Amino acid sequence: MLKVNDIDVYYGNIQALKGLSLEVNEGEIVTLIGANGAGKSTLLKTLSGLLKPKRGSIEYLGSAIDGKAAQSIVKAGISHVPEGRRVFANMTVEENLELGAYLRKDREGIKKDMEHVYELFPRLFERHKQLSGTLSGGEQQMLAMGRALMAKPKLILMDEPSMGLAPLMVKNIFNIIEMVNKEGVTVLLVEQNANMALSVAHRAYVLETGKIVLSGSAKELQESDEVKAAYLGGL
Amino acid sequence: MKKSKVFWGYAIIALVLYAVVQTLISFGMVNTHYQNMLITMCINVMLAVSLHLVIGVTGQFSIGHAGFLAVGAYISAICTMKLGMPFSMAILAGAVVAMLAGLLVGIPSLRLRGDYLAIATLGFAEIIRIVFLNIDYVGGAAGMQVTHQSTWTYAFVGTAITILIISNFTNSRHGRACIAIREDEIAADAMGINTTYYKVAAFAVGSFFAGVAGAIYAHNFYIIQPTAFGFLKSFDILILVVLGGLGSLSGAVLAAIFLTFVSTYLQAFPETRMIIYSLVLILVMLYRPTGLLGTKEITDLFKFRKKGGTKV
Repeated sequence: MLKVNDIDVYYGNIQALKGLSLEVNEGEIVTLIGANGAGKSTLLKTLSGLLKPKRGSIEYLGSAIDGKAAQSIVKAGISHVPEGRRVFANMTVEENLELGAYLRKDREGIKKDMEHVYELFPRLFERHKQLSGTLSGGEQQMLAMGRALMAKPKLILMDEPSMGLAPLMVKNIFNIIEMVNKEGVTVLLVEQNANMALSVAHRAYVLETGKIVLSGSAKELQESDEVKAAYLGGL
Repeated sequence: MKKSKVFWGYAIIALVLYAVVQTLISFGMVNTHYQNMLITMCINVMLAVSLHLVIGVTGQFSIGHAGFLAVGAYISAICTMKLGMPFSMAILAGAVVAMLAGLLVGIPSLRLRGDYLAIATLGFAEIIRIVFLNIDYVGGAAGMQVTHQSTWTYAFVGTAITILIISNFTNSRHGRACIAIREDEIAADAMGINTTYYKVAAFAVGSFFAGVAGAIYAHNFYIIQPTAFGFLKSFDILILVVLGGLGSLSGAVLAAIFLTFVSTYLQAFPETRMIIYSLVLILVMLYRPTGLLGTKEITDLFKFRKKGGTKV
C-alpha cells in the first residue's frame, strides 16, 4: 500500500532521515519505534506532505506522492494525527470533527461518519458542544483521532498517541487503534511506548538517528534482546 | 429559515439606523462636526472589521493596514480628481487596487509567521507611503486636494457591506478554514486545508475593504497627505481590533465606535488628549484583558439567554 524508497529529509542543513526505506501493507498495523530525535515524527510529516524529501520516492497505492501538497495527500486517503494532538482549542468538539472532513463533500457520509466516531468515542459525544481546549489530554487525543477518521482515510498516521496519558487511558486508546484497524483502516503508528506499540502491531521497524536498524514481525522484535535492552527496559 | 430571519432582523435594524440618522441630517439637526464624526466612525469600523479578518479570524499578525488605506485613498482620489470618474466608481477602483496590493504583499510575506510577518507588513506599508510621498503626480509631501464627496449614505453603505461580507465569510466553510489556521496551522495543514491560499485570501479581502475605507476617508477631509498613513495609523487600527477582542467582529465594531467617540470628545482638550486616550486604553486592557468582548460576539449573549430558557 505504502512504499518508502531510500528517502533523505533535511531540516535546513540538518539531515533527519538518511536513506530510509519501509513498507506498509494494506490492513496492517505497522509501528515505528525509536528514541527521541530518531526521526519518527519527521517521517510522518514527510508522508503527509508537511515536509518534502530531498531524495528518494514515496509510493502510495501505486502512484508517487512525494513532494505533493498536503491537501492532495489527504484527499488520496492518508490522514495524520499530529504529535501533541493539536486540536483546535477554541472550537467545539463537533466543529473539530467537521474540519476533519474538510475536503469531503458528501454530507450524508460525513454525518454517518460523525455518528460512527461518536460510537467509537462516547466521551466525545457527551462533550460535543464543549470547547476542545477544555478537554482532558486523553479526550483531546480521542478527538484528534476522531478528527483524522472524519477524512475517511485508508491509511492513518498516528504520532505518539500515548504521549502524556495515564496508563489506563493509553490502554483505551490502543484498543481503539485495534478497532479502527479491524474496520479496514491501515495504521502506521509511531511510538515511544514500545511495549504497548509492539503488543498491537503486526510488524515493526526500529529507527535510530534517521535509519532503520531493525525490522520484523512485532513478536520477533518483542523478543529480540537488542530491542529489550534499548526500548523495553529490563533484561 | 432561521438564519434568513436573523439576517432580515439585522437588515431592518441597519435600515432603521440609517434612516433615523439620515432624517436627522436632512432636517439639519446634526451639524457638520457630528456628521464628520459619524463618517469617521464608519471609516474606523470598516478598518477594524477588515483587519479583524486578517488578525482576529486568520491569526496573521499584520501591522501594515494603513498601507492599504493609503492605496484606496490615493487611487480613488486620482480617479475622481484627475480622471473625472464618479465617486462610486472611484471607491470600487480604490478597493480593487488595494486588494491587488494586498495580494502583492501577501503572497511573499505570508510565508512568514508571527513577529516576522508583522515586521514585513510594517515595512510594506512604509514602502507604500514613501512611494506616494515621492510621486509628484499626487502632490508629494504637500498632499493632494480632494473634493468633499463622502456622505453618511456612502459611509454607511460601505460599512454595512463590509460587515455583511466579512461576517458571511467568517461563518462559511472558508471562514472555518481560516479559524483553523489561527488555532493551529500545522493541524490545519494536516486536515488538508490549503493554508497559504486562505491566508492570502483573507489578506486580500481585508485589503479590499481597507481600500473602501480609504476612498471614503480621502473624500471626507479635502486633502490627503502621506503622513496620515504612517505606521501610527496602522497601530490605531490594530488597537481597535485588540481592544474589541481578537476574533470578535462585533467587538471590533464596538471598539471602533467607542474610540471614535472618545477621541472626538477629547478634541476639546488638546493638551491632555493623548494622555486620557492612553489611560482609557490601559484601563480597558486592565479590566478586560481579552478585549471588550473576548472572542465572543454580541449575538452570543442572546443565544446564551435563549439556551437557559429552554432548559427550564
